[in-house]
Amino acid sequence: MKSEASDATHLDGNAAAGALSALFAVDITSAIARCSGCGQTGVFADTRLYVDAPGLVARCAGCDGVLMRVVTTPTDTYVDLRGLTYLKVPNE
Amino acid sequence: MGIVSEGFGGRRRSRADLPPGQYLTQDFPVLSAGPTPHIRTEHWEFVVTSESGERYRWDWAGLMGLPAEEITKDIHCVTRWSKLETSWKGVSLDTLLADVETAADFAMAHSYGGYTTNLPMEDLLDGQAWIAYEYDGEPVDPEHGGPARLLVPHLYFWKSAKWVRGLVLSDSEDLGFWETAGYHEYGDPWKEQRYAGD
Repeated sequence: MKSEASDATHLDGNAAAGALSALFAVDITSAIARCSGCGQTGVFADTRLYVDAPGLVARCAGCDGVLMRVVTTPTDTYVDLRGLTYLKVPNE
Repeated sequence: MGIVSEGFGGRRRSRADLPPGQYLTQDFPVLSAGPTPHIRTEHWEFVVTSESGERYRWDWAGLMGLPAEEITKDIHCVTRWSKLETSWKGVSLDTLLADVETAADFAMAHSYGGYTTNLPMEDLLDGQAWIAYEYDGEPVDPEHGGPARLLVPHLYFWKSAKWVRGLVLSDSEDLGFWETAGYHEYGDPWKEQRYAGD
């Protein structure tokens, strides 16, 4: 199967700063993220962020795999981090 | 008839036609959780996998060879826009599933690009669901799910999987991409089943 993906719709991971600041005590966009799919490791701000969707979806810039999903309902916020092996955050 | 013209509102439908919490839009917003796959029809396939593992496959020519239907339906996105009387052409899932040996109660739709969404089998049959390949008389744009998308207009539109490539039938219900992240497992817009627990 041959396919190509075009992609003018995503933002960079910095655009997640506002939504994530409500969830985490540190700035996740400057954290180092490792993709559990391809192993690409880099600053979260370099991920591809899709916001024109029912939730916020961050994808790996290397393999397009889903790194993180955030869905905000009227009562709760769902955070799915299955696509991340880790987030590395400095202690200070 | 009064002396004041009612103008061009003759076919306009009222707000009462909208499910709760929805607003009317005239354009066709593009929602996407990932990059848009561009699938050439010569490489396209649609595969139904039954609960026993048997595979039923159609290529593009096979899909085009099946009886097509013109479909005009209202669509309702969980992000609150609704669009009335959208026009599609496609093949009914009644036709595609007619020769599939199955007693499954559930289906998972799979798409090019990895998207999934779960549906009860009974919502895919009896004239309720199609594989749509034309919108407004033109091939469905890739950004709207072309070359072919699932169309299940009586449920929120996230169930109408863009870039659909197959159905996996099952006796038990699994949850799809949005359903595992807080969205409702069924998604009836008239009952406002947006989120899990609604």
